[in-house]
Amino acid sequence: MAILEVRDVSLQVNSTVILNGLSMEFWEGYVHAVVGPNGAGKSTLANVIMGLPDYRQHTGDILFEGKSIKNLNVDERARLGITLAWQEPARFEGLTVSQFILASAKDKNKNEIDRVLELVGLEPTRYRSRAVDKTLSGGERKRIELASILAMKPRLVMLDEPDSGVDIEAIERIFEAIDHLKKDGCTILLITHSPKVLEKADHAFLICSGMLVDKGETAKILEYFSGKCLPCPHKNLPDLNPGGRE
Amino acid sequence: MIEEQIEELLESINLHRSFDKNTPHIVINANKVLRSQVVEGLTIEPEELSDGVKARLRVEKGYKILQPVHLCFGMLPERGVQRIILEVQIEDEAEVSFLAHCTFPQAVDIQHLMNAEIKVGRKARYSYFERHWHSDEGMVRVVPVAKIELAEDARFSTEFELLKGRVGVIDIDYSTVCQARSSAEMKARIFGRLDDRIKIKEAAVLEGEASRAVLTTHIAVRDEAVAEINNEIIAKAPYSRGHVDCKEIIQGNGIARAVPVVEVRNPKAHVTHEAAIGSVDSKQLQTLMARGLSEDQAVDLIIQGLLS
Ligand SMILES: Nc1ncnc2c1ncn2[C@@H]1O[C@H](COP(=O)(O)OP(=O)(O)OP(=O)(O)O)[C@@H](O)[C@H]1O
Ligand SMILES: [Mg+2]
Repeated sequence: MAILEVRDVSLQVNSTVILNGLSMEFWEGYVHAVVGPNGAGKSTLANVIMGLPDYRQHTGDILFEGKSIKNLNVDERARLGITLAWQEPARFEGLTVSQFILASAKDKNKNEIDRVLELVGLEPTRYRSRAVDKTLSGGERKRIELASILAMKPRLVMLDEPDSGVDIEAIERIFEAIDHLKKDGCTILLITHSPKVLEKADHAFLICSGMLVDKGETAKILEYFSGKCLPCPHKNLPDLNPGGRE
Repeated sequence: MIEEQIEELLESINLHRSFDKNTPHIVINANKVLRSQVVEGLTIEPEELSDGVKARLRVEKGYKILQPVHLCFGMLPERGVQRIILEVQIEDEAEVSFLAHCTFPQAVDIQHLMNAEIKVGRKARYSYFERHWHSDEGMVRVVPVAKIELAEDARFSTEFELLKGRVGVIDIDYSTVCQARSSAEMKARIFGRLDDRIKIKEAAVLEGEASRAVLTTHIAVRDEAVAEINNEIIAKAPYSRGHVDCKEIIQGNGIARAVPVVEVRNPKAHVTHEAAIGSVDSKQLQTLMARGLSEDQAVDLIIQGLLS
């Protein structure tokens, strides 16, 4: 069953079409990937699903468990269990990792902080009282973001380029965290450029210029990465780097 | 009865269980001194007034009081006036730190007026941290006035914090005169909500050679709250150094006004200032809201962080 359905969604910003009649179904408990070249509209799609203020003026509809969430605010969608990990996570001056994770946590228990930090491979004693500010490296910040999401126990999570700026070893921790979310029945939407991340998915969508170009089993979508591009409807071949983008 | 009041006051400031009776302290409810405890070198002479308490605090020459001295000024009733008059004398080479808690857990209409004269002797050290605990409703009017004199080589630091509950009206007026090589650090962190009114004036006169002062004010206002900060450093002596730092965060219809004044009367003195007024970053807000916090909760958390 589809937990989330994007129904004919289009979005224009200042007369530029960013999403163009997208329709997609995300099945409950599956790991879905959304791939496509830079500027394809992947992050925009995630922002629209999350209901961010600048992305509310789209046409079409978004349904969560069969009900339209189009008129709900970000926090109302989050309380239904939808969440997003930004491509570039925000930094919070003066907030500690503990405070940040606890704010998101479903279970407001101090042990929860250590549990989720361990899951993303960050030593709790070293990170608990660090500030979530610019003193954290990009990779550390991304993992703390993921930790806060694990603590939230969402029903549907969108991870925007979870591997960007993260080293090989940390990617393994991130994959483990994804497995953990999946095991708990969470539906996952991975936005990625990397074949390695794409391989984690059960199913994938390829978008280009805001349009759905193809969808299907991961293996099929992976072929785009090995150069077997199908022609796009708008004659603009997806510019996917065969080796994946670092 | 008295024990119950002490319990209630300490509980309102989360000190209930951990509080050790042997630590030097004084607990005041309205105009009654409920309990006090001193240690060698420290004297506290309280005197009950009709609408408050006058207390003389003294640390004798050369004594270093190792444990922080707890001062708990509370008002358990919903209404009333509490006037606190403090005469503090830290004699030469003495050292002390105070942890003051002002708590008004049931406040509906309360005025807390504090008038302090603080003298810090030669090479003495004094640090004072004051945290306010107000109720979420109701009205507290807090008017702390302090005149501070620092002798040669004295060190003085004071910090005022009001982050939880409603501010009501606050009007702080602290002024310090610094003799040679002494240093003064004054810090205030306040978060105003609804129709709270915040007024702060911190001033330092650098009278003696190589004296130093840093005045820091971090204020956030949301809803319809208004803040006005007038911090001032006057540098009269050679090699004196001063810095005024005002940071304000506004959200909603809050209004903030920061006026740092620096006056330099000696060519060898150096005073700097910075004033920044910003607002809550929308990405931070959206991140927390995407974790299920309401906009209100998210703004509060971000601001607590910025003020910490
Ligand atoms: N708020 C906005 N205002 C104007 N243009 C926007 C806005 N948000 C996105 N865009 C534009 O829409 C297009 C799609 O952007 P988006 O960030 O969704 O791409 P993406 O697929 O995530 O790319 P990348 O792989 O580089 O992250 C880009 O051309 C971008 O500049
Ligand atoms: Mg993107």
